[in-house]
Amino acid sequence: MLTFITRKKILDRFMLAVFFTAGFITIFITVGIVYVLLADSIKFFQEVSIKEFLTEKEWTPVFATKKFGIWPLISGTFLIAAIAMVVSIPLGILIAIYLSEYASVRVKEIAKPIIEFMEAIPTVVYGYFTLLFVTPILQSIVPDLEAFNSLAPGIVLGFMILPYTASMAEDSMKGVPQRIREASYALGATKLRTAVTIVIPAAISGIVAGFILGASRAIGETMVVAIAAGMYPNLTLDPREPIQTMTGYIVQVALGDLPYGSIEYLSIFAVGLALFIIAFIFNSIALWLRSRIREAY
Amino acid sequence: MVMVNTIIDSIKSLFLGATNRSMEDIKSKTKDNFKREGDVKLEVKELNFYYGEFKALKNINLKIPTKKITALIGPSGCGKTTLLRCFNRMHDLYPGSKYEGSIIFHPDGINIASPHIDLLDLRRRVGMVFQRPNPFPKSIFENVAYGLRVNGVRDKKLIKERVEWALQSAALWDEVKDRLDANAYSLSGGQQQRLCIARAIAIEPDIVLFDEPTSALDPISTSKIEELIMTLKEKLTIIIVTHNMQQAARVSDYTGFMYLGELIEFDKTQKIFTIPSQKLTEDYITGRFG
Repeated sequence: MLTFITRKKILDRFMLAVFFTAGFITIFITVGIVYVLLADSIKFFQEVSIKEFLTEKEWTPVFATKKFGIWPLISGTFLIAAIAMVVSIPLGILIAIYLSEYASVRVKEIAKPIIEFMEAIPTVVYGYFTLLFVTPILQSIVPDLEAFNSLAPGIVLGFMILPYTASMAEDSMKGVPQRIREASYALGATKLRTAVTIVIPAAISGIVAGFILGASRAIGETMVVAIAAGMYPNLTLDPREPIQTMTGYIVQVALGDLPYGSIEYLSIFAVGLALFIIAFIFNSIALWLRSRIREAY
Repeated sequence: MVMVNTIIDSIKSLFLGATNRSMEDIKSKTKDNFKREGDVKLEVKELNFYYGEFKALKNINLKIPTKKITALIGPSGCGKTTLLRCFNRMHDLYPGSKYEGSIIFHPDGINIASPHIDLLDLRRRVGMVFQRPNPFPKSIFENVAYGLRVNGVRDKKLIKERVEWALQSAALWDEVKDRLDANAYSLSGGQQQRLCIARAIAIEPDIVLFDEPTSALDPISTSKIEELIMTLKEKLTIIIVTHNMQQAARVSDYTGFMYLGELIEFDKTQKIFTIPSQKLTEDYITGRFG
C-alpha cells in the first residue's frame, strides 16, 4: 500500500514538472523575444538617436545618406490596416448579424467554419492572389493605380481578418442572452431593430475587441504586404502608391545580405520593437474589452 | 360580473379525456352564455400546439375575461407556459411550432393563431413579462422608452410623459426618478422586474402575459409585484403563469389548472381552491403531486 502511494506521488511530481515546463516555455520564449528585440534595439539607438527615429520623415537605410525615420513605415502599416478595417468592419458586422440573428442552424454550421477556414489559407497565397488577381482588376477601375500599392493588399487583408472581425462579433452577439431578445420581440420589434438596437449594443465590447484584434493582425501581417504593397518607404496616405510596411521592411532586410551587426541589420530590431509595442497595445485593449463582454448584462 | 361567472362556469371542468362531456355540449352552452362578447378578451377554441412532432397543447378551450387576472397553474411541463406564449405567438421565433384551432382576440374578433396575422401588431397589444427580469443593457429611461420608439413615437416630450406614467404605474417611479440615466442592471432584481412591467405597459397593451414573474425574486419583491399586478387589472387583462399556488390564490380572479398539455379545469379562483370539480385539480392543489 505504501509503495503504491509513493509511486503515485512521484508520478504526480513528475507530471507537475512536465506541465510547469510546458507552461514556462511560452513565457521563456516571449521573454527571449523581448530580450533580443531590446538588446539589438539598444545597439541601434546608440548609433541613431531615438529623436531621429521618431522625428525624421525619411527611411533610407540603404542609401548613401542613411536616414532612419520610422514614420514612412508606420504610415504604410497603418494605411494598409485602415483600408483593411474599412473593408472588414462593415462586412464583419453584416456577416455577424446574419449569422447570429437570421441564419438557420444549417447555414451557420456551414458558413462559420468556412469563414474560420480563411485563416488557414497560407498568407503567401493571399499575397500572390493580391498581386496577380486583385491588383489587375482594381487597375481597370481605379485610375493611376500602380502595380504595387496599398489599396489591393488592404482590401485582401480586410477579408483575411474576417475570422477575427466577423467571427468574434458573431460570438459575442450569440452570447447576448436570448431572454433579452425575447423582451424586444415581445414589444413588437422587428428582427432588424432587435439586432441593431439591442443585440449589437449589448455585444459591443466583444465586437470592438474583435475589430482591434483584427487590426492588430493586419498590422502584423507580412507576406501579403511584402509581395503586393511594394518595397518603397513612402510617407503618403495615397492608397495608389507603393509603400512599405514595418513588417515588409523586416522581411526585406532579413532576406538581404546585409552584414551582421551593421546599422541596417540592427534597424530591423528597432522596427520590430516598435511593431511589438504597437501590437501589444492593440492586443491589450482587445483583451481588456473582451473581459468586459459579460459586464453589460 | 354575474355574466362573467356564468361564462366561466360554462367552461369549467373541461374534460379529463373526452369522457366528461362532448365538444358539442360545451359549444352550445358557451354560445348561450356569451351574449356580451366584450366580457371575453381571448377565446381559445380547440387549440392544439405542436413543437415539431410533439403535441404540447391538446384541445384547449378557454375564455379569458377582460380586465381580470387569470392564473394558469399546473406541474412542470403541463403546458401552461406554452399556452401563455401562444397568446403573443412567441413560439414563432423558433422553427417547428404549429398551431391548430383558434384564439379569438375580442373585440376585434381576429384569430391570433392564424398564420396570416401581423405578429408585430399582435405583440404590441399583448405584452409580456418574463420569468427572470430581462431589462435591456440600457438606461432605466431607455428601457421603458424602447417600446414607444418601436411603435414609432418620436415626440420626446410624449416619450418622457409615457415613461413617467409607466414607471408610476409600475410603482417604481419614486425609486428611480433621480437616476433615470443609470443602467437598468444597477437596480435590484425586484426593481428590474417592475421595470420590465413598466416597459410592457408603456405601450398600453390590451393584455399583459406574466410568465412566472416572481420565480427569481425574494418574498418581499414578490409581494410588491403581486400588489402591482392586482392594481394593473383596472387597466388591462392579465394572464399569469405561476408555479406558486398561493400566488394564484392570492392574486387571480380565475384559475386554469393544466396537466399534460390539457386544461383540466377552469373556474373562479375561489372555487378552484375550495371546491374543485375535478379530482386531479384537487390532488394538485392539496399537494398530492406536482
